[in-house]
Amino acid sequence: MIAIIDYNAGNISSVQNALNRLGYESIVTCNKEEILKSDRVILPGVGEAGTAMNYLIEFELDGFIKGLKQPFLGICLGMQLMCNSSEEGDTKCLGIFNSKVKRFPPKEKVPHMGWNNINALKGGLANEIETNSDVYFVHSYYAELCNETSSQCDYILPFSASLEKDNFYGTQFHPEKSADIGEQILKNFLEL
Amino acid sequence: MLKKRIIPCLDIKNGRTVKGVNFIDIQDAGDPIELAKGYVKQGADELVFLDITATIENRSTLIDLVQKIGRKINIPFTVGGGINSLKDASKLITAGADKVSVNSSAVKNPQLIKDIASKFGSQCVVVAVDTKLIDDEWMVFTKGGRIKTERRTLDWIKQAEALGAGEILLTSMNHDGTKSGFAIDITQQANNSVDIPIIASGGAGTKEHFSELFQTGISAGLAASIFHYGEIPIPELKEYLAKQNILIRK
Repeated sequence: MIAIIDYNAGNISSVQNALNRLGYESIVTCNKEEILKSDRVILPGVGEAGTAMNYLIEFELDGFIKGLKQPFLGICLGMQLMCNSSEEGDTKCLGIFNSKVKRFPPKEKVPHMGWNNINALKGGLANEIETNSDVYFVHSYYAELCNETSSQCDYILPFSASLEKDNFYGTQFHPEKSADIGEQILKNFLEL
Repeated sequence: MLKKRIIPCLDIKNGRTVKGVNFIDIQDAGDPIELAKGYVKQGADELVFLDITATIENRSTLIDLVQKIGRKINIPFTVGGGINSLKDASKLITAGADKVSVNSSAVKNPQLIKDIASKFGSQCVVVAVDTKLIDDEWMVFTKGGRIKTERRTLDWIKQAEALGAGEILLTSMNHDGTKSGFAIDITQQANNSVDIPIIASGGAGTKEHFSELFQTGISAGLAASIFHYGEIPIPELKEYLAKQNILIRK
């Protein structure tokens, strides 16, 4: 069973649909018992960092998430919440990844919206993913490059397209909306 | 590098596609899901579904359809037509739409843009703008182009951005249906006026029209009939654009 953490951050049905297409059942929950019992945990993400963090704190999920041992995937805002901090709402985040989340300088269109290539994805999600594969991004804030960056993307500046540390994974892009490549990345996570 | 987006638009009436399509391997050209799958296979970068009936009795049919599309399609899709309230938008987004497109209702009540953006994020809100050149001024039209408003297009686009729109879908009524090319002039002006992406719509007739559009810096082009009738297969279009050194997703 896959637990999708429900923290009132917009639409999560696309993640659930993608898991269904891959043949996995999932539950949407913010119940600790249920999350602990599950084989995989996904922190999905659209919304605003400050509001989302407050919600995690309110449900006492902040420290709890850091202690989880099963493979854990944060998507988009979910990944950003796993970093040290975010400029969005000047928010202190979970601090799993040693990266800061900043707003794109307005040198080009913001949000960064559409298909962009990630180079040389490495680590647990990389199986059968060619370098420079195009995936779908929608975001106005980015995570800086750091030691835990597992692939990078370039828009206005180079940033972390994905992060990985121990059992924790994060993708800035939306694998659930990134066609066959996205499904392969999700599959890699589910088969870890 | 960010790729240019090619976006087919499907018109929906009572849960069925209105215009026929000539995909070879499709059994039922009126089935939006079959069509959408066909477009995904061809390499469409996003899809737009526009409900052109959008009467109250048809809303549940549409929501049912959106749920089915969400289950089958692994690229982003936008749903528009008849979204008059946050509640309408919520239903579609909860059913699986990645974005909703608002047009006349937002002109009438601009707060709607802010309401949807606050609840679901700006990336969910596409503001569709129908524009027409009247006495050297690009003006906003509503109700499917039937009603002229007093709003100037560029002013409205800037207001929509300030209210939280994530993208503008700009259709030139002077160009729509002519197959004579996109309205480069107003689209480029719009693009320079706001920081959010502009999707150009109306007038696509040839591969060259897309090339011309993308060379101006616009990031996305939408078309219906040329894709529906198989006049320009998406793989052929993408191959052509790649040869012009335009960045596209393969």
